[in-house]
Amino acid sequence: MKADKNGVLSGSHVLSGNQACAEGALAAGCRFLGLYPIVPSIEISERFLERAPQVGATFIQMEDEVSALAAVLGASWTGKKSMTVTSGPGLSLMMEHLGLGVMLETPCVIADIQGVGPGLGLPTHPAQGDMMQARWGSHGDYEIVALAPSSPQEMFDYTIKAFNFSERYRIPVAIMSDAHVARLKETVLIPPADQINVEPRRYYEGAKDSYLPFKRDKDFVPRMVDIGQGYRFHVTGLTHDDRGYPIMFEECQEYNVHPLVWKIRQAADKIVEVQETDTDEADVVVVSYGATSRAALKAIKQARDSGIKVGSLKLVTVWPFPEKRVAELAKRARAFVVPEMNCGQVVLEVERNTYGEANVFFVPHGDNGVEHTEDILSAIKQASQTNVAKSGIIELA
Amino acid sequence: MEALRTDSKQEIHPMENLLRMDRMPHIWCPTCGIGIAVTAFTAALEKAKIDPNTVSIVSGIGCTGRVAGYVKLDSFHTTHGRPIAFATGIKVASPKTKVVVFSGDGDLIAIGGNHFIHAARRNIDMLVVCVNNFIYAMTGGQVAPTTPLAAYATTSPYGCVEPPFNIPYLADSSGAVYVARWTTLHVRRLTNSLTEALQKKGFAVVEAISPCGMYYSRINRLGDGLDMMRFYHDNVEIRHGEDTKNLDIGFQTKIICGKFVDRERPSYMERYNQWLSDVKTAGRRSGGQRGSRK
Repeated sequence: MKADKNGVLSGSHVLSGNQACAEGALAAGCRFLGLYPIVPSIEISERFLERAPQVGATFIQMEDEVSALAAVLGASWTGKKSMTVTSGPGLSLMMEHLGLGVMLETPCVIADIQGVGPGLGLPTHPAQGDMMQARWGSHGDYEIVALAPSSPQEMFDYTIKAFNFSERYRIPVAIMSDAHVARLKETVLIPPADQINVEPRRYYEGAKDSYLPFKRDKDFVPRMVDIGQGYRFHVTGLTHDDRGYPIMFEECQEYNVHPLVWKIRQAADKIVEVQETDTDEADVVVVSYGATSRAALKAIKQARDSGIKVGSLKLVTVWPFPEKRVAELAKRARAFVVPEMNCGQVVLEVERNTYGEANVFFVPHGDNGVEHTEDILSAIKQASQTNVAKSGIIELA
Repeated sequence: MEALRTDSKQEIHPMENLLRMDRMPHIWCPTCGIGIAVTAFTAALEKAKIDPNTVSIVSGIGCTGRVAGYVKLDSFHTTHGRPIAFATGIKVASPKTKVVVFSGDGDLIAIGGNHFIHAARRNIDMLVVCVNNFIYAMTGGQVAPTTPLAAYATTSPYGCVEPPFNIPYLADSSGAVYVARWTTLHVRRLTNSLTEALQKKGFAVVEAISPCGMYYSRINRLGDGLDMMRFYHDNVEIRHGEDTKNLDIGFQTKIICGKFVDRERPSYMERYNQWLSDVKTAGRRSGGQRGSRK
């Protein structure tokens, strides 16, 4: 399906990452925003609200992040693509309804503009400390999709991807940006509406009285209906059967919850996306995502200029993680370098998937927000000189 | 009687078209009042002549939280305390939907208290039915924000030391346009109030005081559900239009019931649509009566 022309601001614009995210949402067909203001995500809401009357979108500022995501879930069941935007402390509050969204299999998008935590942290400074929370921060077993944009253009593109994944797999999808990308202003090319692919909601099309809200297709994803169409369906956050009725037995837990996990795991090959350069011949592979990729790509260029065989594996989807690809590369490359604006989160996944066949060097949080190119460069140099595979993660100061 | 029985071999529940009969029997204890509140609600839906296909019902967690699972409407059983927030999303995204929140006192007034007062302040078009049994019953009888002073609960073993919320006063002072309170003994009056509230534009709250024969009355040695009903019969005073300040409920004291608030105030969607049409005709910066702001 092609995008609705009404929401697409085709052309070349200078936009901040946050503004581009709002434009991406509108282009993807998002027509409901439930929000609670938090720095540094506010500009997404402001842009969305400014444009809402033109495109027929509605919004509401709720009393907290808990209710903001609750309202988004409710709105999604009316047939409107819906999203919320927040930052770390807000994401913590949203974990309750992220879990409900998973259980009710409700498509929605959460843009998390990461600041420094934990607690109140440094709200205006960029970080990547919410990555593991985005994966499994809510209680219970589940899998969702998380994307990590590194520029305003990617904020636009990945927001559309996020909505497409959320509709295709009926899950909440997280856009894991950060304060740096959110504020960065760059040229964003918004293509004409007929060049933007938008995943339509997959509706049930059978008889009204035989609709089962959680009867799964072959790909484990059930079909949806909207409220007010006469289906008079029931959905519950409790463990439930195909009818959406609560069933309090362990057999049903397996029947209900395993598909929530498997619908993403078995589709991981289709979902996972990475951008690779020069990895095939590389001694050292730099795995990066989000704002960190910008410094990493610069460091990679400098390292190549000085003769080191180094490639880049930039993550588009952080969750699900490109496990197979990292394992393949580990057989050939000598080492991985993983810069992150945290004390080591995604690096754990990199290390796990090398199966001890390559060294993993971790470059932690830069002392002033965004990762320093020099730190990554010196890590690449060190990695290229270390021959023996060492177990565990080698952390560089 | 014989003739009747042979005429209809199969007994049909009079509310069958509005209940999920495939989920019966329900989980509520004998002498619990929630079933009566549900019956009153379904009767009100019919009396108000509302097309059931246009109604969405949202419940939270707890005994009353199970209501959404038993009524045959588009129904959502959501997180603890958040049904009003979830329902707000439905209403704002789909204004033509009739939205009902059916939940208990712990769900709506303790963990969901913030959502309750803000929805009232916004005057979201929504009927909130709050079944008040003075206790957290699903979890086995813990003290609630409605437990009367000195009443026992498993987490107030020496008697409740916190003064309870007066739900009609909370709703009234937060901006609700319709506020009524009945007990589940007052089936006809409760049904009438729900019928009125369903037709009201804006945030309407109906409190239904219900016996909890299993926990509240047992732990406080008040007899069973029938004794509670008898207590309501002897101790309820109907005072329509009473100032909501005077509606506190003490331990085994008089309970004042009636319709206390019925007023007009622009609803959230009315204000939102007014703003929208102003913006469309006059442009963003000069919308409404705010005047131009350059």
